[in-house]
Amino acid sequence: MSENNEIEVMQSVYDKNDEVAQQINQQLTEKGIFAVNVMGAPGVGKTSSLIQIIQRLGDVSSYVIEGDIEADIDTKKLLSLGVKTVQINTNGACHLDSPLIGEAVEELDIQKGVLFIENIGNLVCPAEFQIGEHVKMLISTVTEGSDKPYKYPLAFEKADIILINKWDLLPYVDFDEEYFMKGVRALNKTAPIFKVASKDGQGFEEVVSWIQKHIK
Amino acid sequence: MHEYPITKRIIEVSEEFAKKNNVDQVKQINLVVGDYSGYVASSIELYFDLIAEDSICKGAALHIERVKPKLKCTSCGQLFERKPFEFTCPLCEGEGEPTDIGQEFYIKSIEV
Ligand SMILES: [Zn+2]
Repeated sequence: MSENNEIEVMQSVYDKNDEVAQQINQQLTEKGIFAVNVMGAPGVGKTSSLIQIIQRLGDVSSYVIEGDIEADIDTKKLLSLGVKTVQINTNGACHLDSPLIGEAVEELDIQKGVLFIENIGNLVCPAEFQIGEHVKMLISTVTEGSDKPYKYPLAFEKADIILINKWDLLPYVDFDEEYFMKGVRALNKTAPIFKVASKDGQGFEEVVSWIQKHIK
Repeated sequence: MHEYPITKRIIEVSEEFAKKNNVDQVKQINLVVGDYSGYVASSIELYFDLIAEDSICKGAALHIERVKPKLKCTSCGQLFERKPFEFTCPLCEGEGEPTDIGQEFYIKSIEV
């Protein structure tokens, strides 16, 4: 219909981010680093879950890239526990992207071990961008309610491992486990689901052995 | 929020293709954006004119074809749009699983 000449392009606009993500992933793999992209809404206990995991990883070195919009509270907490952590402030951006991770990885000077990248607290955008990770860990909670897979399908679809945190609060909240699981399995047939409580460490042994199995 | 840098990239890619074809003015950019791509079509539109100002895409129309995400039924293979709060196939009541439909984000073509 148009009088214009049409030139076919058919090029993804993600290319820059994905290209960098690929490079980071390769670099990390070569160094023997297993990278976990940790996703979840604000307040689900991403940092406290990481602390539970890191404390159980034994001889395996752990590193954290802490993504935050503005604050550095979580980084201070991790550093006080002796965990090598670097802070990325996105100054408003809703997810981490791979160029940011590239810089942080250099700053951390990781030798070998597990790198946890705590993404921005947001159940939407972090699921959409590769940042060089090997797996995506999604943390959901019983307090958020059992409809989350239905409302934020992409996060559940992309997850390689799912933690349901605050399991200790189950008696006090309306969480329909069957409905939750049904939604998760419609989107994701294979991700293991662990019931945990980051407050007292319940359930984290299994999470850690899953991670250890994935470290080469 | 994250649409600003990606809108810049859309203009860059369009310029690259225009130059490859010895064209010095882009009149329209045809973009395909899935609703699960992570980018909001209206935000891209918002930034576009502003960023295009200093490029050969100045004044170009931005045509965005949006794609609704579809699930594929694991029983009968039907592709369908999901209703809120369910994954059930409208044909056979089977269960739908995610597909790539709705996650696209690419420049289909430029018009010059
Ligand atoms: Zn069906």
